[in-house]
Amino acid sequence: MLRTMLNHSWYRKLGLEDIWEKVEAKERLTLQDGERLFACPDLLAVGALAHQVRVRLHGRLTYYVMNQHINYSNICVNGCRFCAFGREKGDPLAFQLGLAEIVRKIRDGLSTPITEVHMVGGCHPELPLSYFEEVVKEIKSIRPDVLVKAFTAVEIAHFAQLERCSPCEVLTRLRSAGVDMLPGGGAEIFSPRIRSILCPSKLSGEGWLSIAREAHHLGIKSNATMLYGHLETHRERLDHLIALRELQDETDGFVCFIPLPFQPANTKVEGAEPTTGVEDLKTIAISRLMLDNIPHLKAYWVMLTVKLAQVALNFGADDFDGTIIEEKIGHMAGAESEQALTRSELERTIREAGFDPVERNCFFQKVSNY
Amino acid sequence: MELGERLDFEAAWHLYETGEFHSLGRLAHQVRINKRPADYVSYVVDRNINYSNICVCGCRFCAFYRTPGHAEGYVLTHEQLGRKIEETLSLGGTQILMQGGHHPDLPLSFYEEMLRFIKNGYPIHIHAFSPPEIVHFSKLEKLSCAEVIARLRAAGLDSIPGGGAEILVDSVRCRVSPNKCSAGEWLAVMEEAHNQGMRTTATMMFGHLEQPRDRLEHLFALRDLQDRTGGFTAFIPWAFQSKNTAIDRFPETAVSYLRLLAISRLVLDNFDNIQASWVTMGPKVAQVALHFGANDFGSTMIEENVVAAAGVSFRLSTEEIRRIIRSAGFKPRQRTMAYQWVNPDE
Repeated sequence: MLRTMLNHSWYRKLGLEDIWEKVEAKERLTLQDGERLFACPDLLAVGALAHQVRVRLHGRLTYYVMNQHINYSNICVNGCRFCAFGREKGDPLAFQLGLAEIVRKIRDGLSTPITEVHMVGGCHPELPLSYFEEVVKEIKSIRPDVLVKAFTAVEIAHFAQLERCSPCEVLTRLRSAGVDMLPGGGAEIFSPRIRSILCPSKLSGEGWLSIAREAHHLGIKSNATMLYGHLETHRERLDHLIALRELQDETDGFVCFIPLPFQPANTKVEGAEPTTGVEDLKTIAISRLMLDNIPHLKAYWVMLTVKLAQVALNFGADDFDGTIIEEKIGHMAGAESEQALTRSELERTIREAGFDPVERNCFFQKVSNY
Repeated sequence: MELGERLDFEAAWHLYETGEFHSLGRLAHQVRINKRPADYVSYVVDRNINYSNICVCGCRFCAFYRTPGHAEGYVLTHEQLGRKIEETLSLGGTQILMQGGHHPDLPLSFYEEMLRFIKNGYPIHIHAFSPPEIVHFSKLEKLSCAEVIARLRAAGLDSIPGGGAEILVDSVRCRVSPNKCSAGEWLAVMEEAHNQGMRTTATMMFGHLEQPRDRLEHLFALRDLQDRTGGFTAFIPWAFQSKNTAIDRFPETAVSYLRLLAISRLVLDNFDNIQASWVTMGPKVAQVALHFGANDFGSTMIEENVVAAAGVSFRLSTEEIRRIIRSAGFKPRQRTMAYQWVNPDE
């Protein structure tokens, strides 16, 4: 009885049998399908559907990466209200790393075999593109084996503005310097209504998508994120997912989608509470079901907590991200997880959650370093 | 297996080991819906007071105890106890959960006086001690457990928490808590308490040195006793936390916890309530547990020292607990130890 419990007739009782049939037939779900899934009170029924897709795509594999995070500066002109990381120039907690300091951070981590450096920062009012080119070149010269996933679409647009050139030029220069891929941050929620309340000075949703398109056309792959659990509606989450899905239909340039639960501590969003486990799992599951053309979905343990991320592997997620030495952004907003995990902790946590750990690089190619 | 059929050991073992994760959880959730008013998730407002941390038991999984003579050892005075209880009452608390270490010198009269002091001064339910403490008192005083229970009850004890169960399999107990009462003694104390008209809870701490099959043996031992007495109000399982303890072990995953919770709901068909543990598993996973068989969110824990000593200190206010329950799709409702509603009209 157990094996067949969550079957067609179960979903018929929930009024979701047409969605079940679409998933079985690998057919695309509509916006309305997404809304019905969010409205469904049966968490496990929604999760089981997403898990089916996950297993179809990746079996019992769970990916992780050995990486290092570097935040070159927290000085930022955007002033997004959901952010606890950004600071104005002159603020006592503002920091800006010089080339030498970044080099030291990279050298300090040399004994750990990382495959990826993930580098993002605030939109600094003055740092020229040449600084970033130098930094990336230095990282590649110290660790030629490492892939550099750096600068979100927001930073790219910002550099273009400062340099008075096109985003295409910025991307081309950065790629020559050694940038291999763009991280998915800065997407937040594309809805203009939300952006006008929370981050009016930031690159718009349309702008973010257009930079991603440019990068993809140049052959530079990228990730995509969604910051949820602040003021947005379920509908706005679905619109965001569908916008990503449509761009992916065009370019096939997105590698991994990362839903990010909003962390309210130390931010300026009034009335927002931390997301709950059920909300997190539902959002992950529905994202997996809606994004039929983006291969990977990450359960970002830094913001979900390791324990919930383990459960999320059964709700659509196939990636556990990484060792992440020195995570700052989530932790300054009150994230209660550890600040790093070792390889053996990552592998063990994945195995004991019932999956087979696979080390990957930023392109999700399998890595065997040892 | 049809819904409503009693699970035998091998069937339960097969389900636990091989049952698909989502279906196992959904089955447990269905049993929960059939048993208790599905709309509500209950919680209690209480405080865990530890009257003393001085202990000669020395369990390997414990970070809380201090041996006699240790600088950090303490015994609460009546004054300190009184203040904690006043604070609890002012925060809307309906009970205290009061436990301590196995103190080598305090006589039974000490505990009787403590109970009388509380009962005479404060309108609060006393949910106190545990089978290992009762057995310890009986050995010190050379009395039967039945007499110890009767005297404590006369002095004001209202109910007994199900702690000290760990895993009710002696081969495990001799490795993790050799100086503690045996599985048989734990069960006998609860049977006696139930026969004397007292309600108790039952617990399981898993994820230390036991085998998965031992966890199931534990559940069946509880089920058998409940068949005879019906005295258990609830079952609470949680995962061992290893920091600052003498057992070095990778923590049990949340997936493992949810599986264990689900199988508990399915095996313990004669228990009305299964409690999620936010104190050890954190609020996010405990909330998800409400879809895996749990119908109760435990206590607001105005104070908690034992798990905190093992390096895990989540804290939730009553408002946060209510919000978490609502966000999971249920109505929050405050209850007493005996699972009656504090506000009948809520």
